[in-house]
Amino acid sequence: MESVNIIGAGLAGLSAAITLAQNGIKCNLFSLQPSERAQSVLAEGGINGALNTMGEDDCTENHYNDTMKGGVYLADPNAVDSLTQNAPDIIRMLQSIGVPFNTKDNEIVLRNFGGQKKKRTAYARSSTGKIIMNAMIDECRKYEKKGLVNRCSHHELIKLLIKNKKCFGVRIKDTYTGVINDYYGTVIAACGGMNGFFPEMITGTTQNSGEAAALMFSQGVEFSNLEMLQFHPTTIGIPNKRCLVTEAARGEGGRLFIERNGEKWYFMEEKYPELKNLMPRDVVSREMFFVRRMEDCSGEVYLDMTGLSEDVWQNKLSDLREEIIHYLGKDPKVLPIPVHEGIHYFMGGINTDERHSTNIKYLYAAGECTSQYHGANRLGGNSMLGAIYGGKRAALSVIEDNGFNEHPVFDMEICDDTPARYSVIIKIRDILLSSMGIVRNEQTLANAHSELSNFAAGEKLSEREKRRVSLAIAMITSAEQRKESRGAHYREDYPETDDKYKKIIVSAFKDGEVLTEFRQIPQRRVQK
Amino acid sequence: MKYRLEIMRQKDSTSEPYLQCIDYETDDCNTAVSTALSQINNNGNYKDINGNIVSHISWECSCLQKKCGACAMVINSKPRLACDTKLSECNINGVVKIEPLKKFPVVSDLTVDRSIMFENLKAINAWLSSEYRSDDKTNNTAYISSRCLQCGCCLEVCPNFYAGSEFFGTSVLAPMSRVITLSENEDLKAASKLYKKNYYSGCGKSLACKDVCPAKIDVDDLLVNSNAAAVWRIGFGKKKR
Ligand SMILES: Cc1cc2nc3c(=O)[nH]c(=O)nc-3n(C[C@H](O)[C@H](O)[C@H](O)COP(=O)(O)OP(=O)(O)OC[C@H]3O[C@@H](n4cnc5c(N)ncnc54)[C@H](O)[C@@H]3O)c2cc1C
Ligand code: SF4
Ligand code: SF4
Ligand code: FES
Repeated sequence: MESVNIIGAGLAGLSAAITLAQNGIKCNLFSLQPSERAQSVLAEGGINGALNTMGEDDCTENHYNDTMKGGVYLADPNAVDSLTQNAPDIIRMLQSIGVPFNTKDNEIVLRNFGGQKKKRTAYARSSTGKIIMNAMIDECRKYEKKGLVNRCSHHELIKLLIKNKKCFGVRIKDTYTGVINDYYGTVIAACGGMNGFFPEMITGTTQNSGEAAALMFSQGVEFSNLEMLQFHPTTIGIPNKRCLVTEAARGEGGRLFIERNGEKWYFMEEKYPELKNLMPRDVVSREMFFVRRMEDCSGEVYLDMTGLSEDVWQNKLSDLREEIIHYLGKDPKVLPIPVHEGIHYFMGGINTDERHSTNIKYLYAAGECTSQYHGANRLGGNSMLGAIYGGKRAALSVIEDNGFNEHPVFDMEICDDTPARYSVIIKIRDILLSSMGIVRNEQTLANAHSELSNFAAGEKLSEREKRRVSLAIAMITSAEQRKESRGAHYREDYPETDDKYKKIIVSAFKDGEVLTEFRQIPQRRVQK
Repeated sequence: MKYRLEIMRQKDSTSEPYLQCIDYETDDCNTAVSTALSQINNNGNYKDINGNIVSHISWECSCLQKKCGACAMVINSKPRLACDTKLSECNINGVVKIEPLKKFPVVSDLTVDRSIMFENLKAINAWLSSEYRSDDKTNNTAYISSRCLQCGCCLEVCPNFYAGSEFFGTSVLAPMSRVITLSENEDLKAASKLYKKNYYSGCGKSLACKDVCPAKIDVDDLLVNSNAAAVWRIGFGKKKR
């Protein structure tokens, strides 16, 4: 088998590389920057798995049910089934490579997280992503030294080598030297979320420019659930981005309130007596949006963490406290802090089946760039899990399918590679924001759609810019097509969830046009 | 407030560096060096003090919240993260001099090639050779040492580090501390040997590196722990289970 080409060195890419190496298969691990700088290091709150260490009688079936319900039944049930069944093993594997999860009596402790009735989230204080990444990077290095992993940071995906719906490799540019090379072999895309469509409005990294997604879309790779953007309820504005206040803050007891008639109104607790402040993110964000609009409410929504114990601040949320003091000049231990929704996660992405295959043969995908696990809303703590398990699953599928023996040779044609202009990126962002916010409707979506089409027709755009426009149109079209409310997609003109729409919307780019269609979600196989 | 940014420019790895001065205005006392660089690049119409349009300034960033180490550079003579350095705090009489890290080859402008850091981690075998779980006792050290950003600020100020030297500097101390803390027996012996060769024996213990570490890694503490386990073979190296 030729070396497998992995695009992206976050949790999904690393997990794929390690799995291939463990099976003696070589890979090239390409990324724009070293793994240490990938978005995965920003994850704070934790990773889910029904380890059942808290005496709450938890099991993987509960995890399955919460994940499906949280995603309002748009996720692939068989994919979620394997994800949740394998979750405890993934966390144990992480522990065995030396991840210092918080423990008590040498057993992993779990915390509450949104949308889950049981404590199911393993964590390393409030820097879980960074700490897990560190161990995964070290583990991968072992195979690098053995010559099984060829780590190539500062390398950008320029093109997939596709012919007749088969992907034979990648064209890659070394951004330090400008040298372009082709690498033949099966491809796993692990290139993260489409942050670059929303500069300054996101909690994630600038590195995930969205270019890889736009490129793949333009080359005929199908995407799904593009209308599903996750707004995280608790973020704070800092220069050039939104800074996340982890859900763990509420998991450990933080409470949301707004001032109503001069008094603190803990609206989530009143409206949702069971899960209270820990309802899924889509619900919390929407409620915040609505209470701010109420006439008798005033000001921002606040997150009140003043009731948390000294132990929580010291051993569970130390980094968070330091961060808030640094950016807001306020100590959350003493004062409630104002919070606002921010774009945090892309449930939509490359359309993959439970084996992580795409519509293009020899192209697989894993991590935040894919769409099968989280449906209409991702639960906190499920995405690191999805990235690590997904990377592994994709690698196993690659091994099962055993690649190709012969490949066509691709010409090194000269193509327009000028970077997208910032003004164009911002124009597209603003059009998207005008219509794809927390509350949507027919009119604003239609306006945005035509504005974007007119803009594209009236400007001389570079290839990279054109691709961005196409993917943005697919996002808006998906939101227009879904004439119901489900998860993160809330339509004020269709406020109810409608079973007719319990399908995914698949977008594709064909002959210069964006096409969308509804597709059935597979049935869950009977459990043995 | 108006700042004079003096930026060290260099077209590519082989061309001559030159200083470009730009007057940059902001009312916001929280404006970071990263914000200024982004704004100048995104705007595209900034002129330097000689009236020349400022071409795209090459620099690296990713998280913009001091968690990834991408944006390390030398700001008014000190290695720092651009996203964690406010103009209002770092300026000297309104002047902010911005240069690339000097211990690494320049790719262009403020972008440097830090590959040597990762090569050194490979050379010192910074990984666990067998399965080791951290427990209540080792958790804290393993946690602290996992926080290193691999930014390279510590290497910039270290008198004993240069690219290609046998001494690898504090950017290997942090990852190796986790390895040493968790490993046992033969694995610990092997890790200790490389630790001594590539870190311990070359470090003058001036702790200049600690002062500049943006992740505030407690270098003292890691040193004491790692030396105890790897060099003196005491302490948590011999774990009781
Ligand atoms: C602030 C924050 C907190 C979070 N907290 C949690 C949490 O507590 N629990 C949880 O489960 N999840 C959390 N998440 C989400 C989670 O961190 C991510 O979804 C997950 O880490 C994604 O991993 P990934 O491997 O798919 O992508 P990433 O880690 O984003 O990696 C993407 C990789 O692709 C590469 N790449 C991108 N474009 C290109 C290109 N054109 N060419 C080559 N390479 C490219 C990048 O260089 C990078 O290496 C959080 C996210 C954020 C932003
Ligand atoms: S203590 Fe001094 S010699 Fe040792 S790594 Fe730090 S700066 Fe270098
Ligand atoms: S020890 Fe500190 S200064 Fe050195 S690379 Fe790590 S984070 Fe940067
Ligand atoms: S951009 Fe990540 S540390 Fe500055």
